[in-house]
Amino acid sequence: MNPIAKSAVQSALDHFLNRDVYLHLETTNGAYAVHKQESTMTVGAYIRNGRICFGRGVITGEGPYRVGLKMEIGWVYAEGLTDFEIDQAGRLLLAGHDQEGRLAVALELSFTPFDL
Amino acid sequence: MEQHVLVIFPHPDDETFGCGGTIAQFTQTGVPVTYVCATLGQMGRNMGKPFFATRESLPNIREAELEEACQALGIQRLIKLGLRDKTIEFEDPELLSARIEQILQEVRPSLVLTHYPGYAVHPDHNALGEVTILAISRLPVQERPMVYVHAFARDCQNRLGPPDIINDISALSEKKLAAIRAHRSQSQVFFPRIANGQTKKPSSKNSLSHMLERESFWTYHFS
Repeated sequence: MNPIAKSAVQSALDHFLNRDVYLHLETTNGAYAVHKQESTMTVGAYIRNGRICFGRGVITGEGPYRVGLKMEIGWVYAEGLTDFEIDQAGRLLLAGHDQEGRLAVALELSFTPFDL
Repeated sequence: MEQHVLVIFPHPDDETFGCGGTIAQFTQTGVPVTYVCATLGQMGRNMGKPFFATRESLPNIREAELEEACQALGIQRLIKLGLRDKTIEFEDPELLSARIEQILQEVRPSLVLTHYPGYAVHPDHNALGEVTILAISRLPVQERPMVYVHAFARDCQNRLGPPDIINDISALSEKKLAAIRAHRSQSQVFFPRIANGQTKKPSSKNSLSHMLERESFWTYHFS
């Protein structure tokens, strides 16, 4: 992955407009957040292969960045995004890494389902 | 002497951090060790430091790291259950237990190492430990292997008393270090110098030096 280049990510988002696409969305503060006393709560959520269609998709901010995908009856939102990659399968991978390089948030889009 | 040790944990690296020295002790003395690894740790947040994995490349990277760590520890056979990280507690426990029972019948271990259900912090650890205990409890009493359970919840010693198996692994520390190094996507964050090739044992009394000296387990008693 490389640090987010806003225009490249915006073009990639445009590429997925108005199509049925697969979404991976997650956020985590680590399975051991409470155990290691890094936080008072261990929190995380993920969606693997949500199938969505969005008619507007925008990246904003000056880094870390935010992405909003506007669907007919809802939104997909992520903040804290720092890095991106368009992989060999043409998938857009966006992630937010902390100073230790640990993943804290991810938003990914693909035309085909992500591996289970 | 044990005839065959079966190790059952959910994530690549559980075998190394918790009991790599103990496993190496067995394999060094010629006891075969089979490792059942339930997931590929697909949802780990550690991606290397500096990070080199992505959410999508992590499973393949961790699978390769696991193979390398198994070699370092002398684990002869690796069985991957193909489950997904963070989902074990939501699977049908009867199906998982039947799968473990099948492996028990095939391997016929004299000793099983797994997590102590309820005392192993990560929901995957507790869930897999639970179905493993369930599967073993269904064997006829005379066929049951010994079971050493690994626990590290903060309050586990208060609730369980001290562990009854305290294993001095200092003679095997090099092998454990090699396995820690193999799991580089996970270990670089905690032990950057070790993961990046430093081979000398740490001298200070930190968590790493403790980890290279002893490993502790509780013998599981079936009620």
